[in-house]
Amino acid sequence: MTDKIIELKNVIKTYDGTNVVDGISLYIRKGEFVTLLGPSGCGKTTTLRMIAGFEKPDGGEILLNGKSITDIPPYLRPINTVFQRYALFPHLNVYDNIAYGLKLKRVVNVYEDKKGRRIEKRERLSKKVIDEKVSKALKMVDLEEFEKRDVNTLSGGQQQRIAIARAIVNEPQILLLDEPLGALDLKMRQDMQLELKAMHKKLGITFIYVTHDQEEALTMSDTIVVMNDGIIQQVGTPKDIYNEPKNAFVADFIGESNIFNGTIVGDRKVRFVGHTFDMVDDFELHEKVDVVVRPEDVFLVNKGLGQVDGTIISSIFKGVHYEMTFQVGKTEILIQDTVERTVGEEVSVIIKPEDIHIMHKGYTMNVYDGVITKDNKVSFAEGEFACDVTKLYPGSRLNEEGYLVTADGQELDLTDTHVRVEVPLDKIEIIDNEEDGDSVGQIISIIYKGDHYQVIIRTFEEEEDFVVDTEYLWNENDKVSVKIKPEDINLKLKVKQNG
Amino acid sequence: MGKALKFSRKNLGIPYFLFLCLFVIFPLLLIVVYAFTDGNGSLTFANFIDFFTKGSNIYVLFISFALAILTTAICLVIAYPVSYILARTNMKAGSVYLLLFILPMWINFVLRTAAMKELLFALDKLGVYNITDWYFANTVIGMVYDYLPFTILPIYTVLIKLDKNVLEASSDLGANKVQTFLRTTLPLSLPGIVSAITMVLLPTTTSYVISDTLGNSKVTIIGKLIENQFNIGTADSWHTGSAISLILLCFIFGTMLLTGKFNERPNQRGGGLW
Amino acid sequence: MVGKIFRSCYLWLILIFLYAPVVLLVVYSFNASNEIGSWSNEWNFSLYAMLFTDEKILDCIKTTLLLALSASAISTLLGTIGAIGMFYSKPRVFKILNTVTQVPIVNAEIVTAISLALVCSILLFPRTYASLLIAHVVLTFPFVVTSVLPKLKQMDPNLYEAGLDLGASPLKALFTIVVPEIMPGIASGFMLAVTLSLDDYIITNFTKPSTIDTISTYAYNAYAKNSANTSIPALRALSAIIFAVIIISVVVANVNADRRAKQRGNN
Repeated sequence: MTDKIIELKNVIKTYDGTNVVDGISLYIRKGEFVTLLGPSGCGKTTTLRMIAGFEKPDGGEILLNGKSITDIPPYLRPINTVFQRYALFPHLNVYDNIAYGLKLKRVVNVYEDKKGRRIEKRERLSKKVIDEKVSKALKMVDLEEFEKRDVNTLSGGQQQRIAIARAIVNEPQILLLDEPLGALDLKMRQDMQLELKAMHKKLGITFIYVTHDQEEALTMSDTIVVMNDGIIQQVGTPKDIYNEPKNAFVADFIGESNIFNGTIVGDRKVRFVGHTFDMVDDFELHEKVDVVVRPEDVFLVNKGLGQVDGTIISSIFKGVHYEMTFQVGKTEILIQDTVERTVGEEVSVIIKPEDIHIMHKGYTMNVYDGVITKDNKVSFAEGEFACDVTKLYPGSRLNEEGYLVTADGQELDLTDTHVRVEVPLDKIEIIDNEEDGDSVGQIISIIYKGDHYQVIIRTFEEEEDFVVDTEYLWNENDKVSVKIKPEDINLKLKVKQNG
Repeated sequence: MGKALKFSRKNLGIPYFLFLCLFVIFPLLLIVVYAFTDGNGSLTFANFIDFFTKGSNIYVLFISFALAILTTAICLVIAYPVSYILARTNMKAGSVYLLLFILPMWINFVLRTAAMKELLFALDKLGVYNITDWYFANTVIGMVYDYLPFTILPIYTVLIKLDKNVLEASSDLGANKVQTFLRTTLPLSLPGIVSAITMVLLPTTTSYVISDTLGNSKVTIIGKLIENQFNIGTADSWHTGSAISLILLCFIFGTMLLTGKFNERPNQRGGGLW
Repeated sequence: MVGKIFRSCYLWLILIFLYAPVVLLVVYSFNASNEIGSWSNEWNFSLYAMLFTDEKILDCIKTTLLLALSASAISTLLGTIGAIGMFYSKPRVFKILNTVTQVPIVNAEIVTAISLALVCSILLFPRTYASLLIAHVVLTFPFVVTSVLPKLKQMDPNLYEAGLDLGASPLKALFTIVVPEIMPGIASGFMLAVTLSLDDYIITNFTKPSTIDTISTYAYNAYAKNSANTSIPALRALSAIIFAVIIISVVVANVNADRRAKQRGNN
């Protein structure tokens, strides 16, 4: 495979004991436009900085054209970077900024001496060559005649172009771009996206681009690498990633999505939002899955005519379509449609089987949407559980009246706060007696997992599931109650999702 | 609108301006008047002519500048690496170390100089130093000792603010460590160096406490020369002293205009300490 | 690795240079010997006893502290008023006021000193505590202005207008909104003024009456004029005490700053 220009093999980077980049393996082909996409703190910039040579991996290897460059300092790598905030040299003018790399460059020229012997000399580039290259680079970024300007007087967009010119003038094999458009306004950003794409075509070199903006990634890239928590979530073309997200994270991050907790209830049948939908994939019976439905794939019909009835609770005009929120029970579904439905209207939705994307859910945690009650318990899954609400705000405490006092002394009434509740699988206790637990349900599945049983208890009204790892064998269809110790209930404030 | 308000914030400038006139501008004007008059109050240039024609005065000028330039140079050579190392250690530890280096600044200037005298005296007793004969060395050591913290601080302040990305960009574009230092770090820290120079150069030319304490009465600098004129107390000596002061003043403001930093200078003496 | 050792050796060397004189004084302040370089085997507090019975030195300390505090208080008030006044003036007025304010900072101390001495003589104003106080105000107020101005620049300009909008009179808005906002600048200006006043010799020497001495002038006379002065050993003890006070206040200030930073970090 000679066309792999750069290859990362199980690369690890650790800061303060946490793996910011946690064993990434990836290769990039020559001439490709690759985007590392992910939320801030996902390790994308660190990965880029390791390719540039500013950071040294704590594990693994980085290969350039098949040779390890892990120990090569940045100034010896044929790779150049366009920095996030440009990092232009403030003490140099435009010309000197761009010529910086060229002036440091030494080329080997071959001469013949009087006796006809070949002599190799390492020489600087001549002033003329540098001049030519600089003006060519400036032309490339549409800033001819800017040579003598002070970089501090340039606009953000112009500085950005100079930063690009400064990098490409060195004719690198790979150009790294670290959120280069982040500081520009929307219009300028869109123009620059197209220009960068055109530049990529013209130069024919490999671009590795880092961004948190999914739209930018979808517009520009040949290949997108979606990262989260220092791990690659999915690699694929923009189309693949949008249409076939591999997991709930990718689905959520790329485009707008509804993600539901679902359960496989039959042959190609999945149950979520209180209804059993047909789908096209084969999954194991009783498996808890993530169900992803794009907002544009939810169709609104009049009440009674669709699969699920509910109410429109919000509607915003977005230029081309309306973005509406449809509520059924406790669940909200985001819908995009060109026909407006008024708020309060009772309607019905239809989701086609091929638009239902099912993803395996690696069970690590029970996750619920909960609400804090007035006596600082948390209500979810048809039960009220004692919990430690101070976990919501680090350093906070409760005063005598039951109000939460945050670390900076603010008093908060938490009643009706919506929270995300997480309970580890092995921290739920199953109790025979229905009266003794905090919530009641029926055991719908028991799977033997080698050294323990995984029991799923479903509540009667809301059909919420408790997935429990236990050593004891229970009987299917038994009615049981569950109990959770307050310290095992992990609470997180819900951040309003802005789509 | 402005007239409708009884009190306006900018009116606070008026009493302040009066104070400036009375205690900053007026005194300086007095120096000018004194410089161009003699003891009888008649206009004269003799004060200046006398100053520049007297060989001993020229010698004092030479000694003052020589000591000041030497001290400044030594301070820079010592302070730059210190600031550079401190700026590159991690933030928290760096600022604690920095504190160690500038802490002596808070000890009373005269007592601090005296402490150096006692140390040199002790070294003399041990036989490794000669405090009696090496009066120029005494003075330079004392000056470096007193002004070193003032050199470290401004350079550190500039170095710590250097954009790390710019240094990375340099390395990215093919510069090794030495090249990056010479082509990027050093030019970018120039404002700190300039500010350090102005903080050391002027006081070492004029502040005679150190040369008096350590110079064994053999080192006279401009500041001392002026003081002497005012201590003699003859009819003309104050006028002579004012003339020397005016020359010094012109020199100071000339330098300021030259460095073009008149309005943006950081606090001299202890700037950034609090 | 080698580089690391080299770097810390270098730092240590400079630190030794900076601290050796002071440490020597501190060590000798506990030795019964009255002369540095000669060594007595007896360790005691005799120098401290000497210091605390020397009326003259105790007077100097009192004068110095009182002078520093009162001059700094006045120049803090003056500097704050000046900073606010010039900041809200027209750009041209600002430029003039600011330039004149910088003059005493830029100027050589000796020139400021004799210019003030000339004022005293021309106005037939005898050198008294008052002239000394004014001189120290002149010495320190520019530094208050330069500490306060940046805070005014950082302040959201709408805050004051919001105050007026909500019904505060201009004076009230100034005291309830502007002054609290720039308080950190005022405080650091005051501290800076105190340090400068404590440190000064030259201006003090030219404006003080002969009956008053500060630590600086007293020590200068002791060390520079006649090194056989008998109060030198006591001054050694004084230096040691000053050094101790500085270290303690720096440590306390740092611990406080640390705690505040941590509290902020927790939010």
